[in-house]
Amino acid sequence: MSTTVLEGKNIVRDYHIGGGLFTGPRTVHAVKGVSFKVDKGKTLAIVGESGCGKSTLARIITLIDPATSGDLFIDGNKVDIAKGGLTKEMRRKVQIVFQNPYGSLNPRQKIGDVLGEPLLINTDKPAAERRDLAMKMLKKVGLGHEHYNRYPHMFSGGQRQRIAIARALMLNPSLLVLDEPVSALDLSVQAQVLNLLADLQDEFQLTYVFISHDLSVVRYIADDVMVMYFGEAVEYGSRDEVFADPKHSYTRTLFAATPRADVASIKARLAKKKAA
Amino acid sequence: MPLLEIKNLTVSFDTAAGPFMAVQGIDLSIEPREVLAIVGESGSGKSVAMLAVMGLLPNTATVKADRMAFDGVDLLKLSPSERRKIVGKDISMIFQEPIASLNPCFTVGFQIEEVLRFHMGMDRAQRRARAIELMRLVGIADPEERLSSFPHQMSGGQCQRVMIAIAIACNPKLLIADEPTTALDVTIQKQILDLLVSLQAKYGMGLIMITHNMGVVAETADRVIVQYKGRKMEEADVLSLFESPKSNYTRALLSALPENAVGDRLPTVSDMMFEPAPSAVGAAS
Repeated sequence: MSTTVLEGKNIVRDYHIGGGLFTGPRTVHAVKGVSFKVDKGKTLAIVGESGCGKSTLARIITLIDPATSGDLFIDGNKVDIAKGGLTKEMRRKVQIVFQNPYGSLNPRQKIGDVLGEPLLINTDKPAAERRDLAMKMLKKVGLGHEHYNRYPHMFSGGQRQRIAIARALMLNPSLLVLDEPVSALDLSVQAQVLNLLADLQDEFQLTYVFISHDLSVVRYIADDVMVMYFGEAVEYGSRDEVFADPKHSYTRTLFAATPRADVASIKARLAKKKAA
Repeated sequence: MPLLEIKNLTVSFDTAAGPFMAVQGIDLSIEPREVLAIVGESGSGKSVAMLAVMGLLPNTATVKADRMAFDGVDLLKLSPSERRKIVGKDISMIFQEPIASLNPCFTVGFQIEEVLRFHMGMDRAQRRARAIELMRLVGIADPEERLSSFPHQMSGGQCQRVMIAIAIACNPKLLIADEPTTALDVTIQKQILDLLVSLQAKYGMGLIMITHNMGVVAETADRVIVQYKGRKMEEADVLSLFESPKSNYTRALLSALPENAVGDRLPTVSDMMFEPAPSAVGAAS
């Protein structure tokens, strides 16, 4: 038995760029009719290069931007922020973690306040309870009580990304959108954060939309994979399907371009170099 | 004779908390026509060591070495003006952020020709001809047109190609590439790596690739140096590094690659015990 947490049907997003003195207005089709469906506790990975519309899609799913057309369902309810506005309950359900942990935390806000703020805005919990919940969440993401009163600059990139994840989880969301959460991190820190995400997914039955351009990370974390190219989903299927038998030529280009770090391909390269 | 030979290089920065040792006794040598990769995470001192070779570190840095010789010339004994004749001509470098490393106020043509004027003393017509040749060499279409483009009119990949054109303008003997593809998409990364390796083979340059990406190492390098916290952990040819890594740190790095994941969890570097590096701060006090 599985319940669908997130479903998108034919999502379209156009941006209208107003003309200047010498140029006419034009329309950019950032997302051109994308459909997807994610079950509870699963991970959908969205792959593509810069400018393919994956972050625009993330903003639509996170209810930051409205879609131009198409239907978005969260927990089975149709959401349209362009018409109906947004309730606190909907805000709570979807949270996002951004790529750059240096840019996504306010440098003048203590970590305790960073974590307490979602509760302050969206709930009427008293201060003591907010503090307790923030402390608990710090523990969950592998930080300690002593970090509560520190400022973001006192943390490393990996620790900041943990804080950003903790902040996203404060409201018990059912859906977490991760926009390139590990691409700014070192390899060993990346492994720690990926492990943390896997643990949290098990513990809270979280659903992830994981946006990335790194195929090796996607292969590790995803259940389903969607490949986007110029605003269209050119490939969508289970991880094993997509990796075993890519259908679209762009997906194949992408796979071929990913550097391989196994011994066999190094041997092949060295042999080729010797022959040349 | 090695192209570049460094013995016992240390770089320290003066900070409020005392000297900070960014590089602690690195030995390095690269032969002509060789591709050497220096791998490490942020803070491992891999960029700082190469900036020391180029002489691009700020005044707060103290560079010490038993020997630092390029092509038989001792770099430590050179005056700044003598050194500037080598740097940018025989040794050149490309950086991580292609858009940030070009000057936004000048056309790319001007920036390519600038090197040719300074180092080669070419006249206007020669410079233009060479600039067009270089643009073609690095795979930019319509070079005659694109010479008058400004950096913001080009994509990240194209800017990196222009940077490479500037770097190889004077036929350097050694090219240092500091994370040349980190800011680029995978498909563009592949193109830039292929371009670098083919230019290296064509002109017989030495190439030092600074990177944190094991995939980039596997695809380009002949020999690899692994650095951690300013120290050299391991040096090996590329095949034996991936087949049988000697140091625990290299093993940890390789097993943290998501494609090498066994089961559900990724091993992390802190899971593996490796010889703790002595504290980097205050080592000189």
